[in-house]
Order: sequence, then C-alpha cells, then structure tokens
Amino acid sequence: MSARPSNMRTPLGRVRGYGSAKSGTDDFIRQRLTAIANIPLTIGAVLIVTSVIGRNHAAVAQILGSTPVAIVMVLFIISVFYHMRIGMQAIIEDYVHEERAKYALLILNTFFTIAAGFSAIYAILKLSFGV
Amino acid sequence: MAEAKVPAERPLSPHLTIYRPMLSMMMSIVHRITGAALYIGTLLLVWWLLAAVSGPGAYAAFQSAAASFIGRIVLFGYTWALIHHMLGGLRYLIWDTGRGFGAAEREWLLRANLVGSILLTIILWVVGGYLMGGLR
Repeated sequence: MSARPSNMRTPLGRVRGYGSAKSGTDDFIRQRLTAIANIPLTIGAVLIVTSVIGRNHAAVAQILGSTPVAIVMVLFIISVFYHMRIGMQAIIEDYVHEERAKYALLILNTFFTIAAGFSAIYAILKLSFGV
Repeated sequence: MAEAKVPAERPLSPHLTIYRPMLSMMMSIVHRITGAALYIGTLLLVWWLLAAVSGPGAYAAFQSAAASFIGRIVLFGYTWALIHHMLGGLRYLIWDTGRGFGAAEREWLLRANLVGSILLTIILWVVGGYLMGGLR
C-alpha cells in the first residue's frame, strides 16, 4: 500500500485481467473447518482435563496415554493449533503494517504453532506408546 | 491557476473512537482478544503435557503452580476465554449461514454468548472442583 501511486491506474485496474490468485479463500475456509472440528474436540479435551486434573502423576500419565484419550487429544491439538495459526496471522496482518516486522511475526507465528503443537503431540504419543 | 493543487484534506475512514460502543462491536473485539489469549495459553497445555511425560517431579511442579492462587486465577480466566471464544465461534458460524442478523436475534445471540460463557465457566469449575476433586 504505497501512499503515492507511481502511475495513474487504480489498483483494481492494475490487477484486472490476471485472474484470481487461486488461494485467497483457503484460510477463510480452513478457519471455519477447524472451528467446526474444534467444537466436539474442545468439549472432549475439556472433559478429559477436568476429570484428570486433580489426580496424581501416575494416574494422569496412564489416562492421557490410553488409546481413546490420546486420539482425542492429538486431534484436538492438530485442529486447535491450525486454527490459531490462521487467527494470529489475521491479527498480525491487520495491525502490523511495517513489512519486515510483519513477515518476521508471520514466520514466528508459524514456528511457534508448529513447535508448540508438535511438542504437545510428542508428549501424548510418548505417554501412549510408553517409551 | 498555475500552482499545483495541494491534495484535499480528505476524511479518513472512521476508527473505533468515532463509533458509539455497541455490543456486537465489543463482542467482536473480545472474540479476538480471547483468541490471542488462548494462543498464549496453549503454553500451559504444552507445559502440562510435557510435565506429565517428564515424570513425577516435573508434574508436581506443574501441579503446585496450577493450584496456587495465581495459577487458579489464570486457569479460571483461561476456561472463560476458551468457552467465550467457542460460543462466539458458534455465533459466527450461525451468521456465516446468513441467519440471525435481525436486530432482536443479533442482540439475543450476543447476550447468550456473554451470559452463557460466564455461567458455563462457573458450572465447569463447580463440577470440576467439587464433584471431581479439582486442583490439588
């Protein structure tokens, strides 16, 4: 968004005829797809957390590693972390207009969600496989 | 008539300070804030899971932090943010279908979102705290 246009054509006129970028609605659709998935998965995860939070380590490790609980938790983490990466990207793009800062934050957003998400999945799988 | 024209002082698009606060607008802002808070809050989830996998010592450290006064306040706020964001998401999914935009329906949805999130948070903490043992 340059303040001084370098020619007389409007932004719309410049892009007209090139066709769509083909991927403009990907994030929009995936945000809603993961939002729908998040509803049952969050209810499941909240029930799991609420029912184990007061127990001792051995019980928590055993319950988190049990097959149905581990599957719900892993699906929950995939859907939630995908959803929140899209959400944070929208926030960054809305408020950070300086190009270098914006791309730095967008990269950090991807790194954080992947690192945190895979750490959580690793922990659950390790409890589940008992290694 | 020869001098270059100074660009006219055009009005900028109105920003937050121009509008009278409305429930739909405040709830939209809160939806984004709770989303950002939940994003940061996933660190607690990751800490909990890594503590569980690390062993009894690491888990005890997590438990004492979670059961502390500050820990309970953070977790209570986290619970509310999660439920509020989820009910808000349901509201947006309803609006995505094109329904619920009438003045009465819209206000009802917004109030149900706010009141529902507070009630469900309290219910969850009462059930979790008193019937299922809660934080120890």
